[in-house]
Amino acid sequence: MRRITSLFIIVFSVLCTAPVLGKTLHVGADHPFSTILAALTAAQSGDQIIVHPGLYRECPIIVNKSVTLTGYGMPVLDALGEKEGIIIEADSVTVEGFEIRNTGYSYIEDRAGIRVKRNQDFTIRNNRLVLTFFGIYLEHAKSGRVTNNAVLGKPLGEANSGNGIHLWYCKDIDIEGNLIRGHRDGIYFEFATESRVRRNISEQNLRYGLHFMFSNDDIYTRNTFRDNGAGVAVMFSRRIHMLNNLFHLNWGQAAYGLLLKEIYDAEIRENVFQKNTIGIFTEGSNRIHYKDNDFLNNGWAVKVGGGCEKNDFIRNNFIGNSFDFAAVGNMQSNRIEENFWGDYSGYDLDKNGIGDIPYRPIKLFNYVVDQTPETIILMRSLLVEILNFSEKVSPVLTPAEVSDASPTMHRYSR
Amino acid sequence: MLRIIRYSFADLIRSRWLYFYTGFYLVLTGALFFISADLSKVIVSLMNAILFIVPLVALLFGVMVQYNTREFTELLLAQPIPRRSIFLGQYLGIATALAISFLLGAGIPFVLSGIFLSGEIWNFSILLLSGVLLSYVFSALGYLLALINDNRIRGFGLAILVWLLLAVVYDGLFLLGLAWFSDYPLENVAIGVTVFNPIDLARILILLKLDVSALMGYTGAVFNKFLGTSLGMGLALIILVIWAVLPVSMIRYISLRKDF
Amino acid sequence: MIHLHHIHKSFGRLQVLRGVDLAFDQPGITAVLGPNGSGKSTLLKSILGMVLPNEGEIHFDGKPIDKLGQYRKDISYLPQIARFPENLRVHELIRMIESFRSQPSRSAELIHHFGLESVLDSQLGHLSGGTRQKVNLVLTLMYDTPVIILDEPTAGLDPVALVKLKELIIQAKDEGKILLITTHIMSLVEELADRVVFLLEGRIYFDGKPEELKQRVEEPNLEKAIASLLSGGHLTPIQPAQKDSKPIRKMNGKVVQPQVKF
Repeated sequence: MRRITSLFIIVFSVLCTAPVLGKTLHVGADHPFSTILAALTAAQSGDQIIVHPGLYRECPIIVNKSVTLTGYGMPVLDALGEKEGIIIEADSVTVEGFEIRNTGYSYIEDRAGIRVKRNQDFTIRNNRLVLTFFGIYLEHAKSGRVTNNAVLGKPLGEANSGNGIHLWYCKDIDIEGNLIRGHRDGIYFEFATESRVRRNISEQNLRYGLHFMFSNDDIYTRNTFRDNGAGVAVMFSRRIHMLNNLFHLNWGQAAYGLLLKEIYDAEIRENVFQKNTIGIFTEGSNRIHYKDNDFLNNGWAVKVGGGCEKNDFIRNNFIGNSFDFAAVGNMQSNRIEENFWGDYSGYDLDKNGIGDIPYRPIKLFNYVVDQTPETIILMRSLLVEILNFSEKVSPVLTPAEVSDASPTMHRYSR
Repeated sequence: MLRIIRYSFADLIRSRWLYFYTGFYLVLTGALFFISADLSKVIVSLMNAILFIVPLVALLFGVMVQYNTREFTELLLAQPIPRRSIFLGQYLGIATALAISFLLGAGIPFVLSGIFLSGEIWNFSILLLSGVLLSYVFSALGYLLALINDNRIRGFGLAILVWLLLAVVYDGLFLLGLAWFSDYPLENVAIGVTVFNPIDLARILILLKLDVSALMGYTGAVFNKFLGTSLGMGLALIILVIWAVLPVSMIRYISLRKDF
Repeated sequence: MIHLHHIHKSFGRLQVLRGVDLAFDQPGITAVLGPNGSGKSTLLKSILGMVLPNEGEIHFDGKPIDKLGQYRKDISYLPQIARFPENLRVHELIRMIESFRSQPSRSAELIHHFGLESVLDSQLGHLSGGTRQKVNLVLTLMYDTPVIILDEPTAGLDPVALVKLKELIIQAKDEGKILLITTHIMSLVEELADRVVFLLEGRIYFDGKPEELKQRVEEPNLEKAIASLLSGGHLTPIQPAQKDSKPIRKMNGKVVQPQVKF
């Protein structure tokens, strides 16, 4: 009996969700439905609503049935500066192919282009969100996909800009192939777990390209973070995997490629940090593995603040950075091994590919600049070279424990 | 004057000193390429060499040529040409010969390495431009020192002193000053002090290309404005050119009043 | 042609010329004599504008000499020390000097005269002192100028070249030119000079014909006459520097009070 019941349930649910069974409703000037709302009212779960090109001024569109909302030829949903665009209030909703614009800005509510509220199995893809306060806002959502959307804002100031893609209490979300530009944070995770961020481009955002707060077990990979206030900030989170990303041109005072604050057990592998003011800044973060990354032409490649323990820096390339390494606190429990340092001037007599003398990436001038920032204007002067050299010969001021005992002679090719 | 430049130049480009100088840069740049295939690292190393050697060689060369051509200068002075043509012509001949010698020595290995296809072309151009400007600035200073001092040992001695002062001592005092007064806002002062030393200026010019990532990390607004925009680059260039013009007008002033 | 009025010149504390009045109007050869450091070269150089007097005026052809130096096209000058840019070739140097003046040049004739054809392609740094002096002479004498100033023209010349130089000097004199020559070789003076100017410590002690000089000190030859001038108080300066006669002149538009000490 029990078996029959479960069989019945499976058959029933297949019948309900199978698209072949759903109707297709057309919305447009020359179509049965002139408004999306009318089509939604008429639709049943499992139906597909196809919206033809045109300008629709009926926001907010509340989707409370499990339908597929498909825009043909980019129909435009204009929120007229005071509403949200689409609000998804049912499970298994798909929204695709719309341009949603002009939600307006508000100090009271977090207005979004597309909002997902307390449901699961949604798909938001191939949309364009232009001048929305928040772009895509997921709250208490589960098992959804946000793919290939363009979220294009116009940054005004940190206080009156929203986030491009915003996750709050979410789980198992895929964010893939989106372009996010001109928001406060490009992508924002708060209490968002077991989610994946892949192949996105997040650029020209005021604060961070990607921001984790209290979010665990997430992975982001193959993204590009360019020209943001800081590339990625990971704070108060555990077990975040950061792989194969490009952190590029995050420039300015307090601008980082990657900012880590109070995080644990993370993995940072095979990323490229290029031309950032500070490649990675880490503070109070433990058991992080920095492996196989490229640090190219940054101001500071890695800056380690206080309270960082048991971290590994292994097999990274440090090339063309103004400063390779800076450390404030005690580095005793951290490992720095087998990295390639472009400035290494040692030798390898036994030809095993590992330099015979350790490399100390903190130079005297780093110390001087930390004490008196204006002295940065003396960088690369003959005097500084002399100072660095004398410190190298007989170290007094630079910490001895920051040292790579096995620097490799050749750049790792990736 | 053009005739003087031409003959002065024609004389100098055949001098073995200049061949040696060109050869030195050829070997240096070539060796740097050989040691490291990384273009930006070659540029950094070469920058150190340029800031170090170009001023010294230009100073000594300016002094040397001025002394060596004194008797010939007398012959020129007896010709119906104005004094300023003679001296400015000689100086421009020296400076141009030095600059071209440097350009060839440092440039040929880079051209052979195919830099024109790489993104480092601008860094490299700025490097060469700085070297050329420094050649003009410091050969003028050298020439001027020799013109003022009839005693050759004193002339050479002063040249080396000027070099030491501008290449190392100046920055040392600067650093001490910054450290000493680090409680005060010093960014204006820091920029101001830099402007008075042509070697520092040339260095900043290259820095703006190579290390802008780090420079942007500094929090001062004036710094950011100066270093972070093309304003800094333009200003540094202009002041460096002024640095080249100033000793030249001194050469002109002195040459009009000197006995031979 | 050339008039010097009250020329004073000092280098630092050293007074080299202390009130020199001289005029060169007549064609002929004037030998400017005096021991080392007596101011001969300074005198000649001030005519050329290479040395700028502290005081006094120099007129050339009736006009005060100016800084642009166009008047120098009428003067040929042989500097005392012949050193040229080492890496230029002889013919390049000659062409260079020719390019400064748009006057007809007889360089080819002089090159032939001194037998320099074979070294035209040599670099100047490779020439011997004598050959360099010959090049120097070519550069000086290749123009037809009314005034020729030769500072130690015989230095380093071999006897054959010396004979040829004398020929050229006599030829120039016969053409009615004014020649000023400094030399230490008294036989040359005796042979050529129409007039002798004797300088000592920046003052003129004698200005006249060589014969007069010999008569005055009662010596049969010039060499001894000069030696006698130097050793004994035979003469007083014929132009004691005149303190009051013309103490003030305008220099660069400023009135300058001369500081002449005795």
